[in-house]
Formats: sequence, structure tokens, C-alpha cells
Amino acid sequence: MKALVWHGTTDVRCEEVPDPKIEQPRDAIIKVTSCAICGSDLHLYDHFMPGMQSGDILGHEAMGEVVEVGPESKHALKVGDRVVIPFTIICGECDQCKRGNFSVCERTNRNKEIAAKAFGHTTAGLFGYTHLTGGYAGGQAEYLRVPYADKTHIKVPSGISDEKLLFLSDIFPTGWQAAAQCDIQPTDTVAIWGAGPVGQMAIRSAILLGAKQVVCIDRVPERLAMAAAGGAITINFDEESVIERLNQLTAGKGPEKCIDCVGLEAHATSSIDAMYDRAKQAMMLETDRPHVLREMIYVCRPAGVLSIPGVYGGLLDKIPLGASMNKGLTWRMGQTHVNRWSDDLLRRIEEGQIDPSFVITHVAGLEDGPDLYRVFRDKEDGCIKVVLKP
Amino acid sequence: MRYDTKARRGQADTATDALARGLGWFSIALGLVELTAPRALTRALGMRGKERLVQAYGAREIATGVALLAAKDPTPYVWGRVGGDALDIATLATGLEGKNPKKDNVWLALAAVGGVTAVDFYCAQALSRESRQPLPPPRDYANRRGFPRPPEEMRGAASDFVLPMDFRNEPEALRYQH
Repeated sequence: MKALVWHGTTDVRCEEVPDPKIEQPRDAIIKVTSCAICGSDLHLYDHFMPGMQSGDILGHEAMGEVVEVGPESKHALKVGDRVVIPFTIICGECDQCKRGNFSVCERTNRNKEIAAKAFGHTTAGLFGYTHLTGGYAGGQAEYLRVPYADKTHIKVPSGISDEKLLFLSDIFPTGWQAAAQCDIQPTDTVAIWGAGPVGQMAIRSAILLGAKQVVCIDRVPERLAMAAAGGAITINFDEESVIERLNQLTAGKGPEKCIDCVGLEAHATSSIDAMYDRAKQAMMLETDRPHVLREMIYVCRPAGVLSIPGVYGGLLDKIPLGASMNKGLTWRMGQTHVNRWSDDLLRRIEEGQIDPSFVITHVAGLEDGPDLYRVFRDKEDGCIKVVLKP
Repeated sequence: MRYDTKARRGQADTATDALARGLGWFSIALGLVELTAPRALTRALGMRGKERLVQAYGAREIATGVALLAAKDPTPYVWGRVGGDALDIATLATGLEGKNPKKDNVWLALAAVGGVTAVDFYCAQALSRESRQPLPPPRDYANRRGFPRPPEEMRGAASDFVLPMDFRNEPEALRYQH
């Protein structure tokens, strides 16, 4: 089959690889009908996340049709079922899964020891996302092996397009969880850093959840235009001071809820701390560039909430924890517990409350994937979200 | 003064341009010091006899600074600064040879030049990464709202959502009652 394969920094190729096979009794194989490139795939593309190996198949946003089912998944799936595959692989049986903390499933990471060394404890296995999280082949391919398939799936009805459903795999529940964990009240101002795909979903989620004001911070004009279309007040950080504008919008009190949809590759260039991060990163003295975290801590209203769906990978420097502690900020973060939200979000799509396909800007075949990784990374051609059709 | 970013590259990165301009002014300031007070510098570094060389480096700094501020595209001049930094480091390194009593000062100077080199290198890289092709006009996403009705009418439409207890942050007494 054809798949997008990682070979090194910015080296992704579309090439022939062996078809996946049922390896465990709970496995299933799906024929991928649509998959997407996620912003967090770019951390792999740029090789900021450790644990990648040449030959790894990328992709953790995929959906398709079940073509083969292992004996222990037959009670839940059958050939022909249409499914969206959540990016987190879940067993559904461990203590964490029982609590709904699916992204920290205790069983599905087959490289638990590596994850435990890096993080102290294992987290869930993820598709196409480094050997720290199991080294599972990803979904930017014609076929995908789904481990623990009886639990790791979202059944979706026919009659709704792939484009509307695909993002149940990651960015829609990720944006939703980012907003939900803010516990939004109708008096709240929610500030969202990053108008990429997750930021766009977080904006719509915050609006649906009733925030008084939603503010989005970025510098790419077309992304800000899409954010404004979803109901956000926009701040172009190249043109105005984020902190001054946020204080102005909140009568000097700061936003109650702040969401970091940027993560480890913040591209602010004008501030001293951003230059400091760049220099340290270049000298291998820091892995991540946490400009957004620092700005959120500084501007957030005391007793407010910081919600962090943006991915961080390693060691961060000069985090003003003193400000955070003294302001009594609540931090909520983590990979998304996709299956915790998927039924509710599927219903909202079916009822027409939201159509997540608004975010798609590029649709192409798998063979165009390598080029589109670059286009997406460089934000060229108005690229916000790429969907690939294997 | 602004660089001619629209002619030069697709998407103007005003922050990197501002950094390049800052480096231009820094170049001129350092160049003036090197040109007018070479003896003080060589004395502090224990490198007497190299006053002419320091003045030549000062002239180089001033020329680079002026070029950086006057150019439409600062990229080659920032790379020029990186080259100049390498020259400065190599020259300073000669101050570590033999029994120079001011070696501590030379180490301090090397650390300072090292820091400036990192900033120069970052700026040059950022400028070089930018696309040389002017971008087409931005795509129009003003109709990409994702909602069936205007956002104002959708505000609070998910009020039936029940937030799990373990996700709650607000004190119960202050929570909004739907």
C-alpha cells in the first residue's frame, strides 16, 4: 500500500510499504477513506519531538471502512462499518480508561518503559506519533491497523460526508476539551492563542459553550479572518500588543480563561523571551519555545484558568511559576480524551449545530502529502487544514 | 523606515525586520566605539599593537550597519554580520595565547560576541527561510464560520452540555445556572 513515511527532519515521502495485518485478537484493519495532516504532525516533520525512527508511517487523524476484524473485536465491529479512528488508542478497561482519562490509558502504549523514563509514567499509545507513544503505524496510508479496535473507534452513520466527520478523530474534540476544561461561564472572556485548526475549533467550542467574548491571537491574516468568521475578536501580534489589547477588552482585569493552541513551536519573534528561546533551542539547551505560556500566565486574570491543548515535548525554561502561583491560576492540560466527547460531538454535527469541515483549505491525494506538509508548515497558499484521500 | 518586504518576499515578517534594523544600529554603535577608542579596547583585552585592526573592524561594522539600514533586503548583510562575528571570535581567540594577563576580559568579550552571534545567526536564518515568491492575495475565509447561523446567534447553543465533575473549576455558588 501507499503511505506517508517519515525519514528525517522535513523528509516525508509517499512510498510503498507492506499492507498491515491483524497482529492481535482485538485488532481491526480499516481502509482509509480520508485522513488529515495535524499541526502536531509538524512537530514530527520539524523533528522537535524525540522518538521518531526512519520508516515510521505518519498520521493520527483518519477514518474509513472496516475491512477485517480480529476475533476479540467482533462483538463491537463488523466488516463494512464506517468508523472514525480517535488518535488515542484505548483499552477501555484500565483504571484510567474507566475514569474517562483515555489519553493516559495504562495499557495501549507498547513502549511503556520509554514513556515512563521520559514522563515518569506511561501515557496512551498514539497512532503515528513517535516510539514514546508506542511507535504505531499512522493513518496517512491506504490501510490502517487499529489495535484495541473494539474500543478505539467511533462508529459514524452513512449520509454525512467524511469532511464533516473526520475531525472527530482529533482536532474537534481537542478544541472542545480545551474550551470545556475552562468551565466557561457566560461572563467569561476566553483568549485563544493560535488560529490553526485546533484554535479554530476551540473558538467555535467557546462560542457554543456561551463565552461572552472570544479573542484569538495570531499573525496570519487568513487565519485571523477565519477566526473572526467564527465569532472571535482578533489580535494580530505583529501589529499590536497582545497584553495591552487583552487588558483593554477586559477593563484591565485580563481574560478569565486562556487557551494555548500553539504549543512548543511558538513563532513570536519580536519579544526578548522569544529570541532567548530561539537561541537556547539552537544551542540544544531547551527543547520547546514557551512564549505563549509565559504570556498567558502574565495576562490571565487572577484565579483564572490556563487550558493547554498545544503540544509540549520536553524541557521548558523561564516559566514564571511565581506569577502563576501567586495569581492562583488553574492549569488544565493533556492530550485529548477523544472518546469522552465523541458521542456528544457527533450528535451536534448530525443536528447541524456545527460543521467542522469549514476548516479544510486543501484536499489532495496521498502522493501530494509530502509537498503539503511543507505548505502547511510554512502557512503558504492560505493553508490551514489539509485532508488527504488515499 | 521599513524594508520593502512586499517586493522582497511573500509575507512580511515585521518582527524579524525590526530585529535586523536593531542589529544595524548596534553595528553602527559598536563600529563607532572601535573606530574612536581602539586603544582602550586593546588595553582592556591585553592585545596592544592591534589598534589598526580594531579600527578596520570598526569601519566594517559601520559599513555593515549602514547597509543594513539602507537596504531593501537586509538578508545578505545580516549574513555578513555572521561572517564578521566569526572574524571577531578568531581575532579574540588570539588573545588567549601566551601569558596575556587580561585573559579574563578576553573570555568575557568572547561570551558577549557569542551571544550576539547567536542572535545574528537566528535573524539571518529567519530572513533566509522566508519565501522569495510574492504570495497571491490572501484567500478569503470570511464565510468559513462553521455554524448554520451567525456566531452571535450560536453563542451558548451548547447549553445542554453537562460538564463532567472532574472538569469543573468554578465554585458551585458562582456557576451559571442554565
